[in-house]
Parts: sequence; C-alpha cells; structure tokens
Amino acid sequence: MNPLVALEIPWGLLLVIKVMVILAIIPAAALILGYVFLMKMMSHMQSRFGPMDPGGFHGWFQLIGDGIKFIQKEDIMPAEADRRIFALAPAIVLISTFVVYAVIPIGPRLVAEDLDVGIFFALAISSVSVIGVLMAGWASSNKYALLGALRAAGQLIAYELPLVLAVVGVVMQAGTMSLQGIVGAQASGEIFGWGGIGNPFLLTQAVGFVLFLAAAQAELTQTPFDMPVAESELVAGYQVEYTGFRFLFFQMSEYATAFALAAIAATLFLGGWHVPGVEGTAADVLGPLVLFAKIMAISFLIFWVRFTYPRFREDQLQMLAWKYLIPISLLNILATGIFKVAF
Amino acid sequence: MSMTEERQRAYIGKHLAEAQINVELHHEDMVLNIGPQHPATHGTLRVVVKLDGERVVAADPVIGYMHRGYEKIVEYRSYPQVTTLINRIDWLSSFANEVPFIHAAEQIMGIEAPPRAQYIRTVLTELSRIATFIVFLGDMGAQVGAVTPVFYAFRDREHVLNLIEAATGGRFHPNFNRIGGLKDDLPSGWITETRRVMGKVFESCDTFENLLQGNEIFHVRTKGIGIIPADIGKGYGVSGSNLRASGVDWDLRRDGAPYLAYPEVDFKVWTHPGGDSFSRYWVRLQETREAARIVLDLLDRLPAGPVMAKVPRIIKVPAGESWVRVENPLGEMGYYVISKGATGPFRVKIRSASFSNVSILPWVLKGVYVPDLITILASLYFILGDIDR
Repeated sequence: MNPLVALEIPWGLLLVIKVMVILAIIPAAALILGYVFLMKMMSHMQSRFGPMDPGGFHGWFQLIGDGIKFIQKEDIMPAEADRRIFALAPAIVLISTFVVYAVIPIGPRLVAEDLDVGIFFALAISSVSVIGVLMAGWASSNKYALLGALRAAGQLIAYELPLVLAVVGVVMQAGTMSLQGIVGAQASGEIFGWGGIGNPFLLTQAVGFVLFLAAAQAELTQTPFDMPVAESELVAGYQVEYTGFRFLFFQMSEYATAFALAAIAATLFLGGWHVPGVEGTAADVLGPLVLFAKIMAISFLIFWVRFTYPRFREDQLQMLAWKYLIPISLLNILATGIFKVAF
Repeated sequence: MSMTEERQRAYIGKHLAEAQINVELHHEDMVLNIGPQHPATHGTLRVVVKLDGERVVAADPVIGYMHRGYEKIVEYRSYPQVTTLINRIDWLSSFANEVPFIHAAEQIMGIEAPPRAQYIRTVLTELSRIATFIVFLGDMGAQVGAVTPVFYAFRDREHVLNLIEAATGGRFHPNFNRIGGLKDDLPSGWITETRRVMGKVFESCDTFENLLQGNEIFHVRTKGIGIIPADIGKGYGVSGSNLRASGVDWDLRRDGAPYLAYPEVDFKVWTHPGGDSFSRYWVRLQETREAARIVLDLLDRLPAGPVMAKVPRIIKVPAGESWVRVENPLGEMGYYVISKGATGPFRVKIRSASFSNVSILPWVLKGVYVPDLITILASLYFILGDIDR
C-alpha cells in the first residue's frame, strides 16, 4: 500500500506532488548530465578544462546560466513555419520524457505509478518523442530540418525493434513487466545458490544489456547514431530553426531522456534501487542514491561513446540494426527461453 | 466508330497510361544549398546540390565569395610587399606560399639564396605542411562526426606554430622570406626544440591513427567514398596528396624542377591505390610523418653561413618572366611572374591547388549521399583562400 495514502493525503494533492517532483527531476537530471558529462567529462577527454569560472567551483553555474539566457532570448519563428505545430513540437518531445519518469521506481515505495506493464509503457512512450521531432522538422519549413526529421523517422524503425527485443529477455527471466517486479526478481535471485547480492540480470542478460545500450544510443540520437542532428552535415537537423526556450526544451529533453534511459537500464540490468541487506524505510533513503550511482555509471558509458565515435550513415545504421542487432536479440530471446525451461 | 475516333482513343489510352506512370514516379528533386555558411565548407564555399531523397543528383560548387583580387593588387605593390599578401592565400601554410613567389623573383634577378637560407626555408615549409595536415587529420574526424580529434589537432598544431612563431615572429603569416634569403637566422635553442616537437608530431600521428583508423565506423564512412580514378583526377588538374591518393606517384619536390633543399633530401613519396576518401586521409597521415622526418634530417646537416645573399637596398627586378611551381601542402602551387624592370611585378598569375582540386566536385559528387558529400569535401581538403585568392 502506498505510504502517502496511509498519511491520508487526498489523491488530488498526491497527484500534484507527484507531478511537481517529476517536473523538478527533469531539469535537475538534464543539468547533472549536461554538467558532469557534456561540460566536464568531454572537456577533459579533449584536453581542456571546460567552464571554470561561473559559480566559483569548476563552473557549476554555467548550464544554469545558459538556461536563464535561453529563457530571455527572443522567440523567433520562421515566417514560413507552420506556427502551431512548430510551437507544439518541443512540448511533445518533453512530455514523452516526462511520462517515462512516472514509471521508474527509485525505492521500494518511491514510484509515481507502479504499472503492471511498466517497461512496456516506458518504451512505448519514449518513442513518442520521434513524433515531436518529425513535427519540428516539418513545421520549420527548412530543408535541413526536414532531412533531419526524416532521418529520425527512418531511424525509429531501425532501433526500436532491437530496443524492445533486448528487453524481452529480461522480462522473460523476471516473469513480469512491472519495473518494481523486475527489481524484486533481481533482489531475490541467486547466483549459483548464493544470494548475497541477488542476481543482477547483467550477468545473464549481458548481450541484452549491450543491445539495449546500442539501441538507446540511437533513441537518444547520440553519436554514432546522431544523423538526425548531424552537426557537421545538417548543422543541427530538426533543431536548426529553434531558438530560445523552445531550443532549451529540446536540449533539456535530450539529456533528461538520456537520464531516464540510463535509469531504465540500471533497473533492468543492474538491480535498480536494491541494496543488499537493506529493507524498508532505509531502502527508501539509500535506494535513490544507489540508483543514481548506477545511472551515472551507465550515462558515463553512453557519453564516452558519444564523444569518441564518428557517425554512421543512415543506411549503415539500417544495415547494422537489421543484419546484426535484431538477429542477435532474437537469438538472445531463444537462449533465454531455453535456459528458462531447462532450469 | 470512325477512324479518327479510334485513333483518338488509342492516343488517349496510350498517354493515359503514361500519365499514370508519370504521376507515380514523378517527384520533385530538392535543391539544397550547402554553404556559403556551413561548417563543412571551411569558410565560404557554396555547393548547390540537387537531391533525390538524400542522394545527390547534381552538384555545383559556387566560388568567389572570398575573392580578394590578389593577382591585381600585387601589380600595385613592390616585391617585398607582395609576400605579405600572398601569405594569405592558403592561410594554414602561409610560409609555403611565399616560397614559390620569392623563388620566381630570384630567378628573374638571377640571384640565389645561400644554402643555409635554402635549408631553413625547406624546414619551415615542411613545418607548415605538418601544421596544415594536423588540422586536416582532426577535421577529417570532425566531418565524419567524431568531436574529439579536432581538439587534439589544434592542441598538437600549436607546438608547430610556436616553432614557426619563434623563428619568424608570426604564427600564421610569417612574412619571413626576402628576395635573396631570409630576414633572420634561427634563434638559439630552436633546433633542439624542433627536434623535441618532431617527437610530439610522431606521437600525435599515432594518436590520430588510433582514434580514426582504429575505429570501424571511420572505415565504413570513408572507404570507397568519393573515388577519383587517376586519369580523371589528372584531367581535372587535381594535384598534391589528392592525386597521390589515386595512385599517381608524382611529387614536385622530387619530380619537378629542383627547388629549395629537396634535391639533397632522401624522402619517400607516399601513394595509395584506393583513390577514395580513406586513401586521401591515409596519404596525408603518412606525409605528416614524412615531413617530420625531412625536418629532422635537414636539421642534422644544416649548413653554416649567411642567410641573405647580396641584394641591392631597393629591389628592382629586371625585365623578364618566370614560372615556378612547387609542391605545397594542398597541392601544386605556381606563380607566373612578369617583370618590366620596376619595383613591383607587372603581372602575376597564381595557380593555386585548391581551385583545381574543387573543380572535380561536380564529377565526384554525382550519386553520393549527403553525409558522403561532407566526407568528400573534408577529404579533398581545400582552403577557401586558396580557391578564391
């Protein structure tokens, strides 16, 4: 039973609280990833410091300052733009990110909505953002934006299948689609009869983990799959006509989605919020911290690849997805099924 | 049914079918302007491409956005002033630009720079070659989508630019050549420092080799992309590393009229049979190393002596003509200088490498995808100042 209900908070207020919390998490997540990885890790990989002055300590204020700058900027709309769709597109992208956060558990009792089809819901909703991208590209009435948007649409089919198929192995092993259920299955699992740390699915679903990360990279339009944005070719793809707070929306949702997908990967493969030997309220306090550490570890992988790799071509991504990722994930499902029946 | 009606029906029937086919297959090609302000065009090159989906149907480079009229301006300048201007043609390897012009003027005057000056000129030319190619190696990564190499490139190039600055006083525009020699001798400690930096250049080349060639994606993005066959390349006047990447074993430093200290240097001319973007990258990578080797070799046997020949205080070049072409980092660069005995040239024709290198674009860009177009532009490696002059 939900503890907040036990405190007799009316459901309306409860809903408001949940919405406010998620609304606070999204910019916070975007800021953390943007600062730690985009500004600092990338800078150090490229033998430079990145921002050092704003805020005093290693330029921590830089991104917040950037955000304030974006809000102050003039809202420019191309004369030929489809005005309503142009304005709506960034919101749709951000909303899809927002809803994903609703099903991610960060503690035994800390989850906005524990759906029975949690993982299914999260993956379905997260691909809605492509509609926003398509709308943005189409409504901008810019050829570069249009090319970027069409690439995003083409990419959707290529990476969505391996993303879902990679998760199927986990769902089969856990026997549930609820994210809390998957965490529970990993917590109560055993490694060859030893239940000290549970059984993170990373051990049995390592192939699925790699496939999931590769497909997530494509979903996030990060290098090597950043063809929809492609700074050196399409300049910024579908974002090319956006300025000010609408551009901020795109940027924020990009990093917030990276955070959400890393959270899903941590939940599916690394045991989520579960800390061995910690139960009850203590788990509600420790759980989010542990999950956060796991998210940062996975984000590190995502961004490491992003800053190192060159970009694929669109047709090469299709080839990679259909010739390699999808067959491997199907084999992974088959192997999981055999083991599930055998043991 | 009358005859005419029958024929009419047959006519309509035939054309209706055609019309339907046309409705299904007909679609508008999209015309996309790449440039003049686009990150892949290194300045203000504009490529107008006709796209069928993402496939390029036709491409037309539009040049001239940065035309500065140097060939005309130099007619109103005295010889020492001209070097300042021609520094800015290929601004990444300015020192190498000065050499052929000075050489042409010296030929007309019938003087020759002393051996030490020739050696130092060669060393500085090779240093500009290294500086230019390191930028290329980083830029090649950036254009295929990797963000990191370009930062390494600018970091490592700085060591070389520091050397050029220490010797000449100018990072980018040295203006160091004088008719009959050089402005100054090398500063003390420069040779030791250069040897150290050449070690860094080798390291830097290894880094790029690891970072780019070590990545599968770089291979699939560059191999077989933008193939220029040797005869087509020659026909369009492509020169330098671009032509050597098509398997043509031709280098003016070795095969042209002898200039600077090159006849006394033993170096390898790298070629690659591929002719694609990868070969062009690979040839330049090897040439960067070769240039560092040439520098080390020359420093070992740098002759002593003056760096300036005896020239009159006010330089008047006697009437005459001279055509000098040399192997610059971007390719073949030539100056045709006509003098009528005044303090400035009467007419100068500049043959710059990039101008001829981009003339192949309409041919090589036909049928490629938009991302490949960017790769090809990057691998041909042109400098806008060198196209437009």
